[in-house]
Amino acid sequence: MSRKRLVIPGVDAKLLVRDAAKVAPDPARRLFLRGGLSVGALAFLTGCDIVDSASAENALRTVSRFNDKVQAWIFDPNKLAPTYPESAITRPFPFNAYYSLDDAPEVDGADYKLEIGGKVETTRPWTLEELYALPQETQITRHICVEGWSAIGKWTGVRLSEFLRRIGADTRAPYVWFQCAEGYSNTIDMATALHPQTQLTFRFDDQILPRAYGFPMKCRIPTKLGFKNPKYITALWVTDKDLGGYWEDQGYNWFSGS
Amino acid sequence: MTVEIADAGVAQPEAARGRVIHPVWVRVCHWVNAIAIVLMIMSGWQIYNASPLFPFSFPRSITVGGWLAGALLWHFAFMWLLVVNGLVYVTLGLVTGRFRRKMLPIRPADLVADTRAALGGHLSHDDLSVYNSVQKLLYLGVILAGVVIVLSGVAIWKPVQFQELTAVFGGYEAARYVHFFAMAAIAGFIVIHVVMAVLVPKSLRTMITGR
Repeated sequence: MSRKRLVIPGVDAKLLVRDAAKVAPDPARRLFLRGGLSVGALAFLTGCDIVDSASAENALRTVSRFNDKVQAWIFDPNKLAPTYPESAITRPFPFNAYYSLDDAPEVDGADYKLEIGGKVETTRPWTLEELYALPQETQITRHICVEGWSAIGKWTGVRLSEFLRRIGADTRAPYVWFQCAEGYSNTIDMATALHPQTQLTFRFDDQILPRAYGFPMKCRIPTKLGFKNPKYITALWVTDKDLGGYWEDQGYNWFSGS
Repeated sequence: MTVEIADAGVAQPEAARGRVIHPVWVRVCHWVNAIAIVLMIMSGWQIYNASPLFPFSFPRSITVGGWLAGALLWHFAFMWLLVVNGLVYVTLGLVTGRFRRKMLPIRPADLVADTRAALGGHLSHDDLSVYNSVQKLLYLGVILAGVVIVLSGVAIWKPVQFQELTAVFGGYEAARYVHFFAMAAIAGFIVIHVVMAVLVPKSLRTMITGR
């Protein structure tokens, strides 16, 4: 399998290049609180000293973890994301990642094997042919990016819950972790993994999933923001441990439910 | 104004006797809200910049958070302060009868007269315990905008779990615009509010000491 291991892995979200420049990851990440500090006028109102930006960041991340719990509590395993008619599909559907389309992973479908691990009965890897033979369904749902924009797409694949059943996953484990060809990763909660619309996706808009949208396989999760919908998936683990994710580790909310 | 004084018969002597115009709960809620709404708006501008609805972005120097993830952390932390404080304020405003006493009724004739007087700079602020009809309209309006901004925010945050609410706003994309315009209304209010506090400094003192 030809896997491109990129230094900078990617996500869902259009406006990639523009964002990469705009977001300027390295220095900006540490400048996190600069905006907050510049609100000097607020310091006297709050009466607190926002001197230590690291402790302020920690406080905000603590609230973010609290928000994960709130969102898990709000999450209704039976509530379906709204579905749309064919006419509502956004064409062309935006390509979005941390890198340009030219740098997107090129996975060789013939060599592809989905690695399985963690709390499952069978860790035998799956070929694309075997995956394509699984029962599939189609959804037309809204993809919502953490940036705010949204687009409606049509995805076809197998329910993740069905796949987890077939590999004998211990669904009492709290997490499912995805590893992707370019080094991207995601951990999701088991409740979302078992949601009826959470799908291992092989086709987009009736075509074999194009490279831009995650060939050979992505995980479509209409109850989560786009960046929690990993593309180019190469490994799936059922785990007791939260293994984090590319954007989550940088400060994006972990649960990021819609 | 003479019409209003009759209605505010209770408040008028209070002020005259130097008694509290703004009870402590009003002052606490006001300043907590001031912190929360300013941080929500400034972090919201940074979030807006990630995917602008209009052909402009907010200068980064007036935003909070540094980048999208940082701004989101601020926004989803201070939303709790905004909402909890807002609920306390609205509940007490209704239960104590303060909203009804201070902000109602708003008569169209007064509104026309007071607006004209306000624009001419003739509107009196001698008695801070009584609101003129322009104030009443703006205060009620900004409370309403506060309700809309919270509800549209929830609609954007949870368009699947609370999809019925999102539908009320016309769907996810429409709810983003509602959220934006509610922000614009509140920001506009803040500008007028701050200008008035500067023009009538004793109103600022009253919101701090209560008298």
